[in-house]
Amino acid sequence: MHHFMPTALNEALDHIAAKEVKIVAGGTDYFPSQNQGPIKTDLLDISRIPELSGISCDGDTWRIGATTSWSDIFRTSLPPCFDGLQAAAREVGSLQIQNAGTVAGNVCNASPAADGVPPLLTLDAQAELQSVRGKRVIPLNEFITGVRDIALASDEMVTGFLLPNVPHTAAGAFEKLGSRRYLVISITMTAAVIGFDPQGRINHARVAIGACSPVAQRMLQLEADLIGKTLGEITLNDSHFSTLSPIADVRGSAEFRLEAVAEQCLRTITKAAQAHE
Amino acid sequence: MTTQFTLNGSTVSVEPYAGERLSETLRERVGARDVKIGCNAGDCGACTVLVDGAPVCACLMPAHQAAGRSVETLGGLAKTDLDALRLAESFQNHGAAQCGICTPGMIVSAVALLREESTPSETQVQDALGGVLCRCTGYRKIIDAVIAAGSTDIPDLTLGHAGEGIRRLDGAGKVAGTEAFGDDVAPQGTLEVLVIRSPFPRAGFQFGDLDAFAQSTGIEAVLTSADIPGRNVFGVIPDFADQPVFAENETRFRGEAVAAIVGTPEAVRAFDPSQFPVTWEERPASQSVHEAMADDAAQLHADRAGNVMCGGFVQCGDAEAALADADVTVEGKFRSGFVEHGYIEPEAGFAEIVNGRVEIHACTQAPVMDLDAMEIILGMPRELIRIIPTGVGGGFGSKLDLSVQPYLALGALKTGKPVRLTYSRTESMQSTTKRHPSDITLRIGATKEGKIKGFDFFGYFNTGAYASWGPTVANRVPVHASGPYQITDYRAESQGIHTHCPPAGAFRGFGVPQSAIAQESLFDELADKLGIDPLEFRIRNSLENHVPTVCGQVFEQGVGIKPCFEALKSAWDSERTDAIAFNAENDIFKRGVGLAGGWYGCGNTSLPNPSTIKSGIRKDGTVVLHQGAMDIGQGANTVISQIYATALGIPVHQLEIVGPDTDVTPDAGKTSASRQTYVSGSAARLSGNAMRAQILAQVNAGADATLEISAGQIKITDQDTAHTIDLATLSADDEGYVLLSQETYDPPTKPLDENGQGIPYAQFGYAAHLVVVEIDTKLGTVKPLKFVAAHDVGKAINPMLVEGQVQGGIAQGLGMTLMEEYIPGRTENLHDYLIPTMGDMPPVETVIIEEPDAHGPYGAKGLGEHVLIPTAPAILNAIKNACGVRLTQVPATPSRVRAAIKDKNNGK
Repeated sequence: MHHFMPTALNEALDHIAAKEVKIVAGGTDYFPSQNQGPIKTDLLDISRIPELSGISCDGDTWRIGATTSWSDIFRTSLPPCFDGLQAAAREVGSLQIQNAGTVAGNVCNASPAADGVPPLLTLDAQAELQSVRGKRVIPLNEFITGVRDIALASDEMVTGFLLPNVPHTAAGAFEKLGSRRYLVISITMTAAVIGFDPQGRINHARVAIGACSPVAQRMLQLEADLIGKTLGEITLNDSHFSTLSPIADVRGSAEFRLEAVAEQCLRTITKAAQAHE
Repeated sequence: MTTQFTLNGSTVSVEPYAGERLSETLRERVGARDVKIGCNAGDCGACTVLVDGAPVCACLMPAHQAAGRSVETLGGLAKTDLDALRLAESFQNHGAAQCGICTPGMIVSAVALLREESTPSETQVQDALGGVLCRCTGYRKIIDAVIAAGSTDIPDLTLGHAGEGIRRLDGAGKVAGTEAFGDDVAPQGTLEVLVIRSPFPRAGFQFGDLDAFAQSTGIEAVLTSADIPGRNVFGVIPDFADQPVFAENETRFRGEAVAAIVGTPEAVRAFDPSQFPVTWEERPASQSVHEAMADDAAQLHADRAGNVMCGGFVQCGDAEAALADADVTVEGKFRSGFVEHGYIEPEAGFAEIVNGRVEIHACTQAPVMDLDAMEIILGMPRELIRIIPTGVGGGFGSKLDLSVQPYLALGALKTGKPVRLTYSRTESMQSTTKRHPSDITLRIGATKEGKIKGFDFFGYFNTGAYASWGPTVANRVPVHASGPYQITDYRAESQGIHTHCPPAGAFRGFGVPQSAIAQESLFDELADKLGIDPLEFRIRNSLENHVPTVCGQVFEQGVGIKPCFEALKSAWDSERTDAIAFNAENDIFKRGVGLAGGWYGCGNTSLPNPSTIKSGIRKDGTVVLHQGAMDIGQGANTVISQIYATALGIPVHQLEIVGPDTDVTPDAGKTSASRQTYVSGSAARLSGNAMRAQILAQVNAGADATLEISAGQIKITDQDTAHTIDLATLSADDEGYVLLSQETYDPPTKPLDENGQGIPYAQFGYAAHLVVVEIDTKLGTVKPLKFVAAHDVGKAINPMLVEGQVQGGIAQGLGMTLMEEYIPGRTENLHDYLIPTMGDMPPVETVIIEEPDAHGPYGAKGLGEHVLIPTAPAILNAIKNACGVRLTQVPATPSRVRAAIKDKNNGK
C-alpha cells in the first residue's frame, strides 16, 4: 500500500479518479477507526495541498478550505455570525485534535455528534466537491445523508465549504452538553445564528441541533417562529423539536436528550442574542 | 519513500510504511521512547509532540506528514528548551508527576502554552492541557506547576527525613521522559506477541490447523494452552486460583485469551485476526448477578454452586432487635457498575531467556506474586525465573494480577528469542480486572438522641468470570461497611457472584467505596429524619479509642475520625451559608454541600502480610537501600527511603536505591491495601535501626550519636567523642556489602471468627470529605466546585505526596460518582468510557490530621485507598442538599440526575 501526498489538487483528483483511495488529512478520525490488520487501500494525504486550506472571503461569500483545522478556525478573526462555529471549534476533542482535525474530515466522518456540523448548518454552508469531471456545490444538509453516509461520488472529494450571504449583522453561539469538560462526545449540541432588526425583533434565525438525529438538522419551524419576536417573546414547544429522533445510549436516554436539547436551544439562542448587546 | 524531518533539532530520515503513525515512527525507528502511547486514538494525549510548534497527538498523525517539519518531544525539550526545563523543575517541586506516564504529554503541551503565554491563568492551563489525561494526580498539582513554572527555584537538599515534603527521589526521569515503562524496555525489532481473544462473553471454540498457520511468513510460534509446561491456572489468592492463561473448551468473558501468535513486527502488523484458525460458538451468558443466580444460569465454575464465589460476614449484637427498637429507621438500595482503572499505561512488557533463565520485564504492582504465579504456570524451578519490574504507569489495583507476563514468558521459551507485548487500550479494558459492580441493601436505625441503633447490610458483588481479588472484596466489605462509627448491633453480609463479565478484582478500596455510598448516604437520610445536623450526627457516632469496632477490635490509640470531622466544621458552616445565599438568587443553578466519612484497614485482612527491607553499605561508603515496595506513582521510592534515612540518621539523598528486582531485592509485598508506607515503611525503619545499631556497636557509641557517611568511612560523633570506621578494613560479602541489615515487619492481626470478630488490621486510616457542588437542574450536570479533605495519616512522612494521593483519589472518586461505567462490549475505549479531565477537577484543600499510630513508622498510617471512600457519598449528599434528590445509582450522569429531579418536581 502507498501513502500519496500530492501538493497539487489536480494530482489528488487524478488519484481518486484512478483507483480507490482513503483520503486522510488530520488523521483524527482515520487512525481511531483502524482495526488490527493491514490497511487495504492506498492513502491519499491531502494535507499538503495549499488551496485546500484556509479561510477566505469574496464579497458576501466566505470559503473554508477542506483541510482548514479547527484551531485555524478559532484563531482567525471572523465576523460575529461565526461565533458559534468558533466556539464549536474549541470544543472538538482537545487542543491536540483541534490542531490536526479538519473541517472536511469532521463533516465527511458523518458522525451524528460531529461538533462542526450544526454551526456550519446555521451558516447555510454548502459543500464544494471536486473531481476530474469538475466542481459542484450542494447544500450541507443534502451532502450528509445518514450516519457515516455522505453524498460523495467515488471520484470526488470535498475541497471546501462555501458560506454564501453570510449575515453580517447576526451573531452566532454554540452549546455542547457532555459528561465532562474536555475530550467529550456530545450528548446534545445546539448552534444558532440570530440577527435583530433595529427594533430588537429577530430578523434572521438559524438553529441547528446535533446528536439528536442521524444527521444534525436545522429547526426550520422554530426558525420561522422566531422571526419577528423579541428575545423575551421566545417560547419553545415540543412541536419545534418533532423532527428530532434521539437515541438512548450510554451518554443518556432519548427522553433526556429531547428535554435537554430544548433547554440548550433556548440558552443558545439567548447567548447569540446577547452577543448583540 | 524516505521521510526526512527534524527531531529535536537533528535531521532524521525514515521510511515509514503506509498507514504508520508518527508515534510508532518516533518510538520504534528513531528511539524517542519518551513519547508514550496510551490509547492510539487521541483520547489520552500521552503521545503529544510539537509539530512546527503545535501540540498534536503523534498517534493520529501519518508519519509521512512529518516530512520537512520540526518535531519536538519531551526527550529533546527537556535537554535544551528553557520552558521545558522550568516545567521539569516545577513539576518536581509540586509533585505534579506521580507515575509519570502522562508527564511527557503534559509538559510538551505546557511548553506550547508557555511559548504563547508566559503567565497563563488556570483556565488557559486547563484549555491547553485538557487533552492529556492523568489518572494519578487529580490534575491540581499539574495546574499549579504550570502556573508556577516561570518562577521556579530548585530547592536546597535537606535531610529529607520523615515529615519533610521533599521532591520525589525518582522524579527526574519522569520529567525528562527517560523513565522506562513496560513498553519502553524491548529493543527495536523485537518479536511481538499478539493475543487472540474471545469476541463473545461465553463461547465454545475450536482451533483449525494451527501448525499450518504457524508456517505463515514472519510467524514464529502460536501459543495455546497446550504450550503451558506447568499448570494453566493463576489467581492472586491460592485457594481461589481459577483463571486460565489460555481458556480451554469455553471462554467465560468477552476478551478472554485463547491463543497468541508470536511474530516479527511486520508479520504482527499484517496479521488479520479473521485469518486465525478458530471457530466460535456463542453460548448464553450471564451479564449480571441476577442472571447468574437464576436457576437455569450456566455454572461458571463446577465447584461454586449457584455461581456464588464466596461471601463475607460480620455480626455483633442483634441488628434486627435494635432496628425494631430504633426511634427512626431508614433503608435504601444502592447500585454501582464496573469501574475501569484507567491507568494511562496499558499493560506491557518484554521477556528474554538469559543463561537458561526466563527474565520478565513488565509493569506490575506485585513482582514476587508474579514470580509465584509464573513458577506454577511454567512448571519451572523458581530460581530460573526473574521478575524485573519496569516503571509502572499507574496501577490502582489492577496490575496486582498477571496480565502480559505469562504470554511473554511462554513466547520467549517457545521461540528462544526475546519477545514483547503491549496491550491495546481495548485489550486492556476488556481483559484486566475492574471494580466490582455492587447491589446493596441497607437498613439503619437510630435513637431520637441521634445514636445509631441497628445496622443491617447485604451486598451482592459481581465478581466476573474469575475470582481475582473478589474474596478480598467479599471479606473487606462487611468489616468496613459500618464506616468509622460506633455500632453495637450490626450485621453485614456480602456475596461475590460469578458472571460472564471481566474479572472484577482489586481497585483502590476493595469494595469499600461501594459500601460507603450506601452507608454515608443513609447517614444523611437518618440525620435529616432526626433533624440533626449531618456533621454533628457523624461526630456523635464517631468511633473512638477504647470503643470496639463492629469486629470487636478495640484500639487504645490512633482512632482519628473525630478530628477529621471536626476539621471540616468551619468549611461546613461557611459553605452551607454561601450555598443558601447562592440558591436564593438562582433558579436553575443550585448549589449544595455534602460530606462523608470513611475508614480503611491497612494491610491484608487477618492474614500474614510481611515486608522485608534490606540495606547495605559498601566499602566506598555507598549506602544501598533495596527498596522492594513497588512504586506505581504513589511514592514508595521516596517515602520508604525517607523512613529508612530517618532511622539510620543520614540524609535521604545519600541513599542509592535498588528497586524490586526479584534477583536482588527481598520481598516487600504487594503494593495494595494501602500497606507500603505502613508495612514496608516499618520494615525500612527496622532495617535502618538495625544498620544504625551495628554501626554504633562497632565503636560502642550511644544511641544519640550522629552518623556521617562519606567516601570509604563512617564518622560517628557521640557527644564530644568522634569515632571513624574505615570501611576498607571491613570484609565485604558477595554483594559487596561490608555492613548489611535485613529486617522484616508483619502487622499484628488475628483471625476473624465465624461472626467476623477478631483483629482484622493492626491499623486503620480515617478520612472525611466535604464537597460543594453546583447543579444545572435543567440539564442534570453536576459540577464539583471545591473539596475539603481531612485525612488522618498518623504521620505525614511526605506531606506533598500525601496531598498528591488525596487529590488523585478524589479525582477517581469524582469519576466513579459522575461519569464512569464500564460496560463490556460497549465502553471499551477512552472516549466511550470517560474519566475526569483537567477541567473536571476543582481545587482541593487537604487537611492533614496526625493521630499517631503505635504500629506505623513514626506513627504513619496508610492512605492511598482511603481517599476515594468518602468522595462518592459526599458528592451524592451534596446533590441531595442542592436539589433534594437522592441518587442511589452511580454514575450520576446528567441523564440520571435530571430524571431524578423531574421525578421529584412532578415532571418539571
